[in-house]
Amino acid sequence: MIGPVIGVLFDGFAYGMLLFLLSVGLSVTLGMMNFVNLAHCAFAMLGAYVTVFLMNDLKWPFLATLPFAFLAAAFVSVLLERTLYRRLYRASDLDQVLLTIGLAFVSVAVAAYIFGTVLQPVQMPPYLRGSFNVMGVNFAVYRLFLVAVALAITLILVLTLEYTRFGAQVRAAVDNQRMARGLGINVDGAFAVTFALGSGLAGLGGALAIEIVGLDPSFAFIYLVYVLIVVSVGGLGSIGGSFLAASLIGISDVAGKYYVPELGAFLIYLVMILLLMWRPAGLFGRR
Amino acid sequence: MRKLVIALAGLTATAVAVSPALAQGTVKVGLVMEYSGQFADAATQLDNGIKLYMKKHGDTVAGKKIEIIRKDVGGPAPDVSKRLAQELVVRDNADILAGFVLTPNALSASDVSEQAKKFMVIMNAATSIITTKSNYSVRSSLTLPQVCATFGTWAHKNGTRKVYTMASDYGPGHDCEGAFSNAFKAAGGEIVGAVRMPVANPDFSAFVQRAKDINPESIFIFVPGGAQPAALGKALAERGVDPKKIKVMGTGEVTDDSALKNMGDDALGILTAWHYDHNHDSKMNKEFVAAYKKEYGGLNPNFFAVGGYDGMHLIYEALKKTGGKTDGDALINAAKGMKWESPRGTMSIDPETRDVVQTVYIRRVQKVGGTNVNVEFDKVVDVKDPVKAAMKK
Repeated sequence: MIGPVIGVLFDGFAYGMLLFLLSVGLSVTLGMMNFVNLAHCAFAMLGAYVTVFLMNDLKWPFLATLPFAFLAAAFVSVLLERTLYRRLYRASDLDQVLLTIGLAFVSVAVAAYIFGTVLQPVQMPPYLRGSFNVMGVNFAVYRLFLVAVALAITLILVLTLEYTRFGAQVRAAVDNQRMARGLGINVDGAFAVTFALGSGLAGLGGALAIEIVGLDPSFAFIYLVYVLIVVSVGGLGSIGGSFLAASLIGISDVAGKYYVPELGAFLIYLVMILLLMWRPAGLFGRR
Repeated sequence: MRKLVIALAGLTATAVAVSPALAQGTVKVGLVMEYSGQFADAATQLDNGIKLYMKKHGDTVAGKKIEIIRKDVGGPAPDVSKRLAQELVVRDNADILAGFVLTPNALSASDVSEQAKKFMVIMNAATSIITTKSNYSVRSSLTLPQVCATFGTWAHKNGTRKVYTMASDYGPGHDCEGAFSNAFKAAGGEIVGAVRMPVANPDFSAFVQRAKDINPESIFIFVPGGAQPAALGKALAERGVDPKKIKVMGTGEVTDDSALKNMGDDALGILTAWHYDHNHDSKMNKEFVAAYKKEYGGLNPNFFAVGGYDGMHLIYEALKKTGGKTDGDALINAAKGMKWESPRGTMSIDPETRDVVQTVYIRRVQKVGGTNVNVEFDKVVDVKDPVKAAMKK
């Protein structure tokens, strides 16, 4: 009896980690820069396509493509940030939403134009496939890998933002932009790097998501809902909050499907509603 | 001023001279399809099938030029589909409505076909009842119960006794699951459990784990084509559900080309029932596949493509029979009972229900020459839609 419970917890946690990787970037940009970026998953999709392209056309090994998924998404996002996004930093939420949702639509069309509308075939290397059994509980290798990557990234992020000079600058810029500028901090630069970091993480998350959910041009929208749920439940700008929210959503999704399939995927919305009624600003929300 | 009058007169003259000729000389086919959005891939393939047929057979039939007008529905949007069908009929003077990847879109446009008495060719949407909504509609694709019920009966006949079913929780999923389960139970089999999975469902691990914990003799799967079959296949492999130990059965979508590429050797041994595969062994199909691959960058045609191809064939042949007359009654009567050789094998249109009658193939995923393909090893010929057959009784 205990076997399935642990199995469900593990699967849910791993799925949550995938959601975490996809959403943590949005949480950072939304919380710190106060910018509503609905094109976030488009960057995730970009990372995923980069990985597919490198693997299938250039025959790179999967692991080697991951840094490039990160870099490509980060690079393109900075390009867009410098040319488009920065004009709307002071604009209303609605303007930001319109711009970014437009960008998401464009990304879908571009992906369909370049790569076609077909599902991209991807085969993981053998050492990431299959599963093994520990005391009757089934652990999928790929999911363990996901968990490991997510934990490492959480650690790096927290350490960077809490203990480095750059992290201090970003936090200062968020808390009081004028004062930060007055102290000679390059606020624009800090924001650009933060934005790139967030989008890069989305790109990485996208690349890692292919194996679980597949990749076609609708990716930019399918995941947006989940990402927004994680961000709103976790609380804007909180890495720990995103982590906890993603785990909760992941576990309740998998547990719901396993134990009460009649409720199906509805359970995560129920969890979201209850959590937001309890804490409207999210688990770790500051506002 | 004189020049202007002459020019005007000239223009009017040409207009008078040209327009009746145009009206007589063209047949307008309005395609209502999901060219953008989640189902864009299906629409693209279907459209390719149409284009390929027209390339091969020319764009003139019975002395008339075929003109295609394409409209994008953008996804499952019955209201949009209906509006587009109306526009096609009223504004563009379309003579024939065709396309329709998705059931809701086909259903709503059927009203337009019925009221305007326009011939309508459903080239994919596979829910049984669609053709009952208009007396002028025919189908060139398949009906899901046709495949699923046939598979249920076949499975029991070939030694399967207990099945766990997994189906997507929406119209076609219910249709297929119901048809399979009923046929299987009618033959004496037992359904040991059933789960319905949300249509928008990125992660299958929990459902597969649940199925595995029950440890059934076999599993029957229905999920829509696209990203899901591969995701589900990977979840099966990841959980250690081995098709060699637990029989895995499904419809053709489960092992379509992109799904097979994604699943790799984990797919070996999966059984599916379907009406078309590009590996089907016939001269006509080989030519069809070769022409398709040449035209569309090496892609294999799938059932969407063959649905479009045969749908176009149906339109051409019906027009030949009516001598180019395009009124709904003439065309539908011409289409009823029509029988032809398609890349998928012999198929016909049931004169009573106007639905497709065809062979259902039972296939197994095997390695042939280093790649995994669906190998046909059994078939059930001349299958009619079982739902409408049951309705009649």
